[in-house]
Amino acid sequence: MTTDAPLSLHVPEPAVRPGGTPDFSNVKIPKAGAVPRPNIDVDPESVRDLAFSIIRVLNRNGEAVGPWAGLLSDEELVEGMRHMMTLRTFDARMLIAQRQGKTSFYMQHLGEEAISCAFRRALSPGDMNFPTYRQAGLLIADGYPMVDMMCQIYSNARDPLKGRQLPVMYSSKEHGFFTISGNLATQYIQAVGWAMASAIRNDTKIAAAWIGDGSTAESDFHAALVFASTYKAPVVLNIVNNQWAISTFQGIARGGSGTFAARGLGFGIPSLRVDGNDYLAVYAVAKWAIERARRNLGPTLVEYVTYRAGAHSTSDDPSAYRPKTESDAWPLGDPIIRLKNHLIVRGVWSEERHKQAEAEILDTVIAAQKEAESYGTLHAGGKPSARDMFDGVYAEMPPHLRRQRQQAGV
Amino acid sequence: MARMTMIEAIRDAMDVMMARDERVVVFGEDVGYFGGVFRCTAGLQQKYGKTRCFDAPINEAGIVGAAIGMAAYGLHPCIEIQFADYMYPAYDQIVSEAARLRYRSNGEFTCPLVVRMPTGGGIFGGQTHSQSPEALFTHVSGLKTVVPSNPYDAKGLLIAAIEDPDPVIFLEPKRLYNGPFDGHHDRPITPWSKHDLGEVPNGHYTLPLGKASIVREGAAVTVLAYGTMVYVAQAAAAETGVDAEIIDLRTLLPLDMETIVASVKKTGRCVVVHEATLTSGFGAELASLVQEACFFQLEAPIARVTGWDTPYPHAQEWDYFPGPARVGRALVETLEA
Repeated sequence: MTTDAPLSLHVPEPAVRPGGTPDFSNVKIPKAGAVPRPNIDVDPESVRDLAFSIIRVLNRNGEAVGPWAGLLSDEELVEGMRHMMTLRTFDARMLIAQRQGKTSFYMQHLGEEAISCAFRRALSPGDMNFPTYRQAGLLIADGYPMVDMMCQIYSNARDPLKGRQLPVMYSSKEHGFFTISGNLATQYIQAVGWAMASAIRNDTKIAAAWIGDGSTAESDFHAALVFASTYKAPVVLNIVNNQWAISTFQGIARGGSGTFAARGLGFGIPSLRVDGNDYLAVYAVAKWAIERARRNLGPTLVEYVTYRAGAHSTSDDPSAYRPKTESDAWPLGDPIIRLKNHLIVRGVWSEERHKQAEAEILDTVIAAQKEAESYGTLHAGGKPSARDMFDGVYAEMPPHLRRQRQQAGV
Repeated sequence: MARMTMIEAIRDAMDVMMARDERVVVFGEDVGYFGGVFRCTAGLQQKYGKTRCFDAPINEAGIVGAAIGMAAYGLHPCIEIQFADYMYPAYDQIVSEAARLRYRSNGEFTCPLVVRMPTGGGIFGGQTHSQSPEALFTHVSGLKTVVPSNPYDAKGLLIAAIEDPDPVIFLEPKRLYNGPFDGHHDRPITPWSKHDLGEVPNGHYTLPLGKASIVREGAAVTVLAYGTMVYVAQAAAAETGVDAEIIDLRTLLPLDMETIVASVKKTGRCVVVHEATLTSGFGAELASLVQEACFFQLEAPIARVTGWDTPYPHAQEWDYFPGPARVGRALVETLEA
């Protein structure tokens, strides 16, 4: 006879479900400027607490404070503002285009614009991102033509990827943007391999890996951390924690580790948490991590604490699994409004100038959209040829594919 | 020319390519300092340094995933999965990533990568050291799949694979590493040093991917084989006295249909043999292609001789392995059909 009590399974639940009152009291938010900025050659052991804090620069009054502040000029910040506004406007237009049936699918960045836009600024030409589907700011902030992005989204005659990829799975070697897989986490380890290759060749380029909170549960994430740790690869390992993996709250992937950044500690990788809605903090931490990689000091893990204010994709309805008001309750605010307030405090921006910029950006995006639509949309106008379907599987088309192309009559 | 085992020929191919092309890097489990559990990479780390040949963590998805990143950067990794049976954790990386980079990026990013894997049975390796997963690769668009059967071919094909601009799966029949094996497990082993195909040229040469080899000319029936089964088929033909034309496919994809079709049109009969399990095996593809191309010349149903549809057993290895007796029976039955 056993006297042991029966076992029971623990299944984590988010604090609140639809109908409830949003509650982020569990998100401990330090004051802006409170977290120290270590030297980049710091012993990882001595900065373990950075994996449990949140590095912030912008305070409630819109001032940039603390040791991570003071890295960007007025002009750079205004440009950053325009990048984020452009991305948000681009998203809004493409969401409408999807609802109008001009494409099959779209994924927006609402609330997460600061992360990819600020990170891009800290990279150098030749560096390579291995992005997920929510880092289009890497392209926008690097000047990749919006028309090309839209042509990809519309799978039209000018689609740089010939209609082969789902919308938003861009690719641009020139802009340091690796072809997006659409499978989750697979590219995290590839970024590490790319970085290892750069080190093997005694190059100076570094890689940046991207993943979401939910996908850190994948085995490939673990593989990437093992390889990055073992070979001290020149890579920045980014985790965008936007709280939600489609309908699954972050606790399902995080388990008992406290934070996602803490995953890096067991690998001896310096691991930082940063306010993902603070353009200045994201830039400062990105710069720190990128410089470490560039100086051959090895990988850095960065968790961006943010909130996915929109739906996962155009195929998703978040009201089914989280309170509608949760986004408004998110304690780190909106990245665009926060930078706007800061620029006003700096005296280089105003409400009027903001409205003017919004109008200008909308005009630019609409002009790009009109041009892209002149080359076709998914179901109307120009589109890639059926013949394109057979090209590019191999460098040289093997006989069996030639036969199949003949059979297809294209 | 030099006398080489298949292990030495494979090592020599990597040696030649590492010397010629700084972009070639070699890594995998136990591959660096020790030189691989089958010794295929012995000496390469000493010769080229540990940033060109190194040990990897036991993480096949990591090994292939990192190699894909390296290939995208511009290196030409030639990596080892210790046994083909261990490749399953890396399958997503191979199928969804390596095979598709070129296509989905419209040629912006490519994946010149060779994944070497010891394959097949005959060494009492049980279910985790004996499998033949070639059909899992031939089913994937964007991959090439190669299975050499002797030292000369192995070196020429591996150099061609390393020079290929696309990902190549290179399956090495481990029972052939030290000598040809005709399935007579109770007889003494013939080493490669006593076999013509153990003569391997020094330096660089290639064999084209996608070109089969006729290893025995014959008029009565065509046998399509690759890897270890090339020798089993030869033994079966000799022992039954059937005048078989035996084709060593060497590359499964791209497949040399020209050689296959010319032979079957001549003989009017066809037997397909492989070690892998029967159902949905590569033999099904071969049988289908042959009947499509040669239906009006066929005088008998196409026969398949393969491993049984069970996991690869340990004690029952020789009951499982499609040896010369089973292949011989199929030859005779196909002639009598």
